[in-house]
Amino acid sequence: MSLSKQILKPALLAKRAFAASQIIPNRTIVHRYNDNVYHVSGTRTDKSKYGGRYMVTALPGDGIGPELIGYVKEVFRYGGVPVDFEEVHLDSSRDDVDLLEQAITAVKRNGVAIKGNIETRHNDPNCKSRNVELRLRLGLFANIVHVTSQPGIETRHQDIDIVLIRQNTEGEYSSEEHTSIKGVVESLKVITKTRSDEIARYAFEWAKNNGRKKVTCVHKANIMKLSDGLFLSRCTEMAKEYPELEFDNIIIDNCSMQLVANPNQFDVLLLPNLYGNILTNLACGITGGPGIASGRNYGKDYAVFETGTRNTGKSIAGKNIANPIAMMNAGVDLLYHLGLTDHAQVIARAIDKTINVDKLHTPDLGGQATTTEVVQNIVKEVQKHA
Amino acid sequence: MNKFQRISAPISRALSRHMSQMRTVTLIPGDGIGPEISASVQKIFETAGVPIQWEVEDVTPVRGPNGRFGIPQRAIDSVNKNKIGLKGPLATPIGKGHRSLNLALRQEFNLYANVRPCRSIEGYETPYKDVDVVTIRENTEGEYSGIEHEIVPGVVQSIKLITEPASNKIARYAFEYAKANGRSQVTAVHKANIMRMSDGLFLQCCRDAAEANPDIKYNEMYLDTLCLNMVQDPAKFDVLVMPNLYGDILSDLCAGLIGGLGVTPSGNIGTDGAIFESVHGTAPDIAGQNKANPTALLLSAIMMLRYMNLNEFADRIERATFDTIKEGRHLTADLGGKGTCSDYTNEICSKVSA
Amino acid sequence: MVFLRAAAARLGQLAPAITSRAIGTSATNNLVAFHEPVSRPQQNIKCTLIPGDGVGPELAECVKAVFSAISVPVEFEEVFLSEIHHTISAPLETAMESVRKNGICLKGTLETPLSMSSGELQTWNMRIRKDLDLFANVVHIKSLQGIKSKHNNLDFFVIREQTEGEYSALEHESVKGVIECLKIVTERKSRRIAKFAFDYATKHDRKKVTAVHKANIMKLGDGLFLRCCQEISQLYPSIKFEHMIVDNTCMQLVSNPHQFDVIVTGNLYGNIVDNLASGLVGGAGVVPGASYSSDCVVYEPGSRHTFGGGAGKNVANPTAMLLCAAKMLHHMNLHYYAIQIRDAVEKVIKSGKVRTRDLGGYASTTDFLGAVIAHLPH
Repeated sequence: MSLSKQILKPALLAKRAFAASQIIPNRTIVHRYNDNVYHVSGTRTDKSKYGGRYMVTALPGDGIGPELIGYVKEVFRYGGVPVDFEEVHLDSSRDDVDLLEQAITAVKRNGVAIKGNIETRHNDPNCKSRNVELRLRLGLFANIVHVTSQPGIETRHQDIDIVLIRQNTEGEYSSEEHTSIKGVVESLKVITKTRSDEIARYAFEWAKNNGRKKVTCVHKANIMKLSDGLFLSRCTEMAKEYPELEFDNIIIDNCSMQLVANPNQFDVLLLPNLYGNILTNLACGITGGPGIASGRNYGKDYAVFETGTRNTGKSIAGKNIANPIAMMNAGVDLLYHLGLTDHAQVIARAIDKTINVDKLHTPDLGGQATTTEVVQNIVKEVQKHA
Repeated sequence: MNKFQRISAPISRALSRHMSQMRTVTLIPGDGIGPEISASVQKIFETAGVPIQWEVEDVTPVRGPNGRFGIPQRAIDSVNKNKIGLKGPLATPIGKGHRSLNLALRQEFNLYANVRPCRSIEGYETPYKDVDVVTIRENTEGEYSGIEHEIVPGVVQSIKLITEPASNKIARYAFEYAKANGRSQVTAVHKANIMRMSDGLFLQCCRDAAEANPDIKYNEMYLDTLCLNMVQDPAKFDVLVMPNLYGDILSDLCAGLIGGLGVTPSGNIGTDGAIFESVHGTAPDIAGQNKANPTALLLSAIMMLRYMNLNEFADRIERATFDTIKEGRHLTADLGGKGTCSDYTNEICSKVSA
Repeated sequence: MVFLRAAAARLGQLAPAITSRAIGTSATNNLVAFHEPVSRPQQNIKCTLIPGDGVGPELAECVKAVFSAISVPVEFEEVFLSEIHHTISAPLETAMESVRKNGICLKGTLETPLSMSSGELQTWNMRIRKDLDLFANVVHIKSLQGIKSKHNNLDFFVIREQTEGEYSALEHESVKGVIECLKIVTERKSRRIAKFAFDYATKHDRKKVTAVHKANIMKLGDGLFLRCCQEISQLYPSIKFEHMIVDNTCMQLVSNPHQFDVIVTGNLYGNIVDNLASGLVGGAGVVPGASYSSDCVVYEPGSRHTFGGGAGKNVANPTAMLLCAAKMLHHMNLHYYAIQIRDAVEKVIKSGKVRTRDLGGYASTTDFLGAVIAHLPH
């Protein structure tokens, strides 16, 4: 479907959401929702889809990224998924501007990427985070992390189902920092009306299209009256156009407390950049840690899939103990995005069976299983259904 | 050598009556290595005693009476008067807005057919043996009609024009050429399975001409099939006749089979005259260094001699040329030798006079 | 269970293998060696089979025989399609519907009747390409060891736009004796084929794309094509982009073909270059090809000749069709079977004992087929 058509006829968008019961009775791993809200994540040039096979950019990154993406590929292969990867080895070991350019053009031409996190060296102030650079250059303004409780994983809270939609390109992450006088550093936080509108519109449309009830705007407008105030006012304004959705707002510090104390009150959280970063990690934490949830980044033209918590896991790299589930879920997200629903379901089911029925857990979930054991189990399940 | 490559045209028949007469030919030496290789040809012709008098013309664009740059009228007049021309390589004129010489000559003399005999040269090895193909290309219409326009932004339409008179003319010429040069078969190259009307018309004209010449074998071949077979077994082919674009491609392809444009002669035949030329580049990097290879121009000049019915001379010079290449002692660098242009020329001269 | 363990072992090795990979863009080559069938699907994968005219049906039988010899999990949905025998042919629509449904098809060549009985300017071949939007044709020119040809070790792709250009089927007689045939070039399709070519080059780890055109004469039409290629090439900084005029390309192909890596070109030029290049490595009988749309892929011999004279005589060379089938299996993720078939064909040709007529031997199609099957694992 062409770009223009989809913009003009959002109603035509195939609703990808389906109830968990359709996957596996009485159990849910992660709902898959329709992320194509009112814009299309596809390239402005033609899709890299030929003869039914897709080309997707893979940016393995640092730490456990390469191994995890390797496993995703392996599972895709066993599942007969018609996706080929074009790898760009962008990592912290090389300070090569060309490489970043290569990565960006590679995503631009394929439109879709799966990504591990790239470590940023803190010691060098001139070294900008490539993750941020990538997001900014590709205009990936929305980050969606959907956390749900897994019945097979013991956590303090049950039945959590929260969607965090985070502004991804401005706010504290503007990369504008300078030393005004010696010993004083200024870091700019930028909030714009355009970007706030953009993310608010996205969040409300998303909530509407996916049958959500409530959107909560998270902010610190009591202190940052102008910047967060603008964000809040834009969201409040936008909410009036969606009378069917409940809207409220909450201050970030309170939200953090509520999230660990009584997370079930939240439905969709609408977040500026830095708060989003904090709360997504928090939300992942209360549902089983960094190894479960996946994160999706959308812009007007491109989509990048990664783990929900953006960490490199350097300390556990190569030890065969990293939890492959989060990246595997990112792979499933990728397949949904490409419209390969059947393949996505097969893998989602396999993941679900592995963690909730077979209860093969890596050490981060308190289990004894190695990464390869978990992947093997997924492969076995995938083979049953492929 | 038993196949006399003679170009028959009404004009040459008329000329043949005055064979002993000295005749004038316009010579356009061209740019880059052009002057050197033209001098080489002139020298060889002189040694052989060819009854030709050269009228050398410079075609560097000059400002014409209308204020625009163009070819000097004198050059056009000269070819017009002599009806026959020999032309070296020309640099692509820089700056637009004036007619290129090729275009001017083509229009002036209605040069409707481009003929390129490609024959394997002994002593200059290529992976292909026994190539002896003549490509005859329609030169005035088809894809190069120059009619193009953008219908809506991003959509360009270009028109391929095929007309019956032009197709008839080229088809008849192909058979005439075959007969005059002792060739046995004419193959029409087309794509009428796709372009059913346009190439279909061309094909129909060829069939008509074939009927009129029952002594020459005639067949038809798809362009793609021909390409496939050409590189597998070029010996299967004899005379090929085709529309403009196909001819453009195939004539260069055949040149590639025998070693490139440096050894391929070319002739443009019109209703009112004929121009023979070397179709390679001007090679400015080796110009003036006595390194150039005059073979293409020389072979074109030999084609010209046959066109003028000076077959004796043509055969003698051709034999000398091929023998020289075969012996391989005085070859220029592009043919894999170490000799200079003048070495090569002298060697041919000594063979011609022997 | 045994192979699961083997798979596990490979999974374990995977991580270091990835980290030690060269830095920079590298396409994931899906043609890695696989030692056992890893993902044998529960059901057979369905695939449309159009045998075509001439020797097509015989060659289709060869493919079926090879597939059944190693029990490839593919089920053919055979559609007999023939424009010249349209009375016994299945309707064109049925065939296209089948391809649309299965997304994959193995096809022989359809013969085109020269005369246009109904005034229809489009042939069935063209209609299939247009209606399914099979815009990109890829022909893989690769020298096979054991075939005597004038150039050795060739390995390049020719990518051809095949839905517009000269094959527009827009022809009319403006005045008597003057026929105009329209060549259409559009920006959208030019960009699409250019992107396809670069994506294909990336996927197969190629370093150079050469656009072949005639923009010196057709300044607007081919000029547009060339400009689109140049624009798209900006997105692929690691791939070199060159362009070449079509007549020069043909000359270079016969004199110095090793300079080519990926060629991208328009419809008619592509047809010429395809066939010319096929001739360089042994002819129509040994060169596989494929046509891609966004959703479907049709595998067919690289140079489309029906070889009607050889029909029923058991003399055709099944190599091209078998290589097509192998490529098709790769596309279906059935790499194990694909590699088996390709290896067997290559071995038979390399040994040179069983050669069909087009390769200078006396063997029949069935002899060749027998030799291939003998080389397959049992």
